[in-house]
Amino acid sequence: MTGRRAVRQPFVWGLFVIIFGLCLKPVFAMDADPKLSDPVLQETYERLTHEVRCLVCQNQTIADSTAPLAADLRNEIRLMLAAGRSEAEVKTFLLDRYGDFVLYKPRFKASTAMLWLAPVLLLLGGGVGLRRSIQRRATLPVPADDEEDPPAADLRS
Amino acid sequence: MWRFLVPISLFALLVAVFVVGLGKDPTLVPSPLVGKPAPEFTLPRLDDPAQTIGRKDLLGKTSLVNVWGTWCAGCRQEHETLVALARDSGITIFGINWKDDPVQAREWLKSLGNPYVAVGVDADGRTAIDWGVYGAPETFLIGPDGTVLYKHIAPMTLDVWRNEFLPRIASVGP
Repeated sequence: MTGRRAVRQPFVWGLFVIIFGLCLKPVFAMDADPKLSDPVLQETYERLTHEVRCLVCQNQTIADSTAPLAADLRNEIRLMLAAGRSEAEVKTFLLDRYGDFVLYKPRFKASTAMLWLAPVLLLLGGGVGLRRSIQRRATLPVPADDEEDPPAADLRS
Repeated sequence: MWRFLVPISLFALLVAVFVVGLGKDPTLVPSPLVGKPAPEFTLPRLDDPAQTIGRKDLLGKTSLVNVWGTWCAGCRQEHETLVALARDSGITIFGINWKDDPVQAREWLKSLGNPYVAVGVDADGRTAIDWGVYGAPETFLIGPDGTVLYKHIAPMTLDVWRNEFLPRIASVGP
């Protein structure tokens, strides 16, 4: 009995930790900057800072980065929003200075078209290729198949 | 025969794309300012905060705008080159002292030599944002009409000067 309990207890605790962990809501409170008084603007601010790349540490957004430039840009965005500038104006401000790379979702234009279209084109190309190959196989004469692959019974013997 | 040729040529194309793409340095982001007028700015001067330097000071001749700070290792590395360029090539170099301690910055110029005709103090980094600066040292080449001709990110070297700056300077005149 005691032996069984010793086995079961870590399991129960482990399960408890997992369930407890799943109940936690992820909190991203990196940003200790003062909040905007208008909750709608604050929401825009948070969305924007999660879409802007920190060019100092390129795989982080400026919301996640502790780089001084990221803090400066967060501050700049907050000031612009507080001054009544729109989300599009803030993005244009950043694009004019840092280029397309500063947005995680770059705007669609000639130089970024391949980036946006390549996945769709590849998927379509793959689909067409797959369809053709299936159709070709479906129309192959049956005897040809028999000649290429020996019957399963032969393998077993 | 062609059923092998298609995948092989597609693969060759992919390899070509990778060879070109992977050879590039992803940390060097091209500046959208190149070809456009240099941003407007007014900054207090490092040697005399009562005076300012601004965009109008860049006009009239080809110049460099170098963004630096005493906290920046690459700036220390390139400083000798800048001093040599100012002395030997005669190019006008302006400095933007980015988020730095002015006392240390003045000390730096006193002990290492001063290649700048004037240095603007960008204490809050606001001007650096307007110039799209993201990592010092950065050096901009400005034409006589105030157009940004080129931006070099990383320490200035004589090779970069000869290969990237001189041909562009030659095309617009001094």
